[in-house]
Amino acid sequence: MARAAVLGRLTWRVVTVGAVVQESERAVTLTLESEERITHRPGQHVDVRLTAEDGYQAERSYSIASAPDDPSVSLTVERIPDGEVSPWLTTVAEPGDQFEVRGPVGGYFVWDDSDPAPVLLVAGGSGVVPLMSMIRHRRRRDLHTRMRLLYSARGEPDLLYRTELDELAGDGFDAVYTLTREAPPEWEGYRRRIDAPMLAEVRPAERGKGTVFVCGPTPFVEATANSLVLLGHEPARVKTERFGPSGGGS
Amino acid sequence: MSLDGNVLAGALADIFSFEITAAQVTCAGCGTQAPAASWVVFAEAPGMVARCRTCERVQLRLVSDGRGRTWVDLSGVARLEVGETR
Repeated sequence: MARAAVLGRLTWRVVTVGAVVQESERAVTLTLESEERITHRPGQHVDVRLTAEDGYQAERSYSIASAPDDPSVSLTVERIPDGEVSPWLTTVAEPGDQFEVRGPVGGYFVWDDSDPAPVLLVAGGSGVVPLMSMIRHRRRRDLHTRMRLLYSARGEPDLLYRTELDELAGDGFDAVYTLTREAPPEWEGYRRRIDAPMLAEVRPAERGKGTVFVCGPTPFVEATANSLVLLGHEPARVKTERFGPSGGGS
Repeated sequence: MSLDGNVLAGALADIFSFEITAAQVTCAGCGTQAPAASWVVFAEAPGMVARCRTCERVQLRLVSDGRGRTWVDLSGVARLEVGETR
């Protein structure tokens, strides 16, 4: 579990964009290079600061998508149309560009890999990003913790990391999808918003046991966390992270 | 737009020697105990404002002048519990 470690003073550091990968129409993964290695725990985020020529600064938080053992840190960023930071990160930034980051930070929404309890991950839209770090970490370390992802998106093209998730399935991990707006005729997953009956079907066999991580837009997280508690999950073991606009899950 | 207390981790890492988002906070208004990560956070004001998710009482206000000086108002917090979580 999270430890109250004594933290050194956090400073902003410059990172350089390594690679840029388009994940969906609105989401881009940026690989970051830095002089000092960035080490994180699965689920943590960094604060990103952009500075305009006139000195105006804007800060936003973005979850780390890569596993701690991956060669470099990557962020997956979804473009928010009126955003101050995400449009630059997703449509302007290219390899060699630089910006500042602070972190990694966060001690609550973090998966403790020494906990053998089964893990249910519930993602709404780009809320899948910090959960992907946990899934990748499990595979990188060859951990056998049972882990299942329930992933809600508007349509099939909005599902991030789909190919990789399907490749990672097996050996105690699987992904279950639900599409809330448009599903192709041959779609075999769920076709509705996440609700209590769906959670009851997908959660681990030991009812109410295990740790749950829920990440997505605020209403999505509220509804999901409330359903889980009604189903008997201990509130302290339902960890939540909410973000504002964008509504992959709605 | 509202976020949650997780977003405060970076800004508060310079102020507290413990990791704030995992801290259990007791609201001075309604007495609810919850991790700071659950706060409702408005980060687009001149400073950051965090409210209790149960009763909406302001828990924390944080303003920085951009030149290295920061003000923190924690008058809405009755108690902080830090350290190993259960």
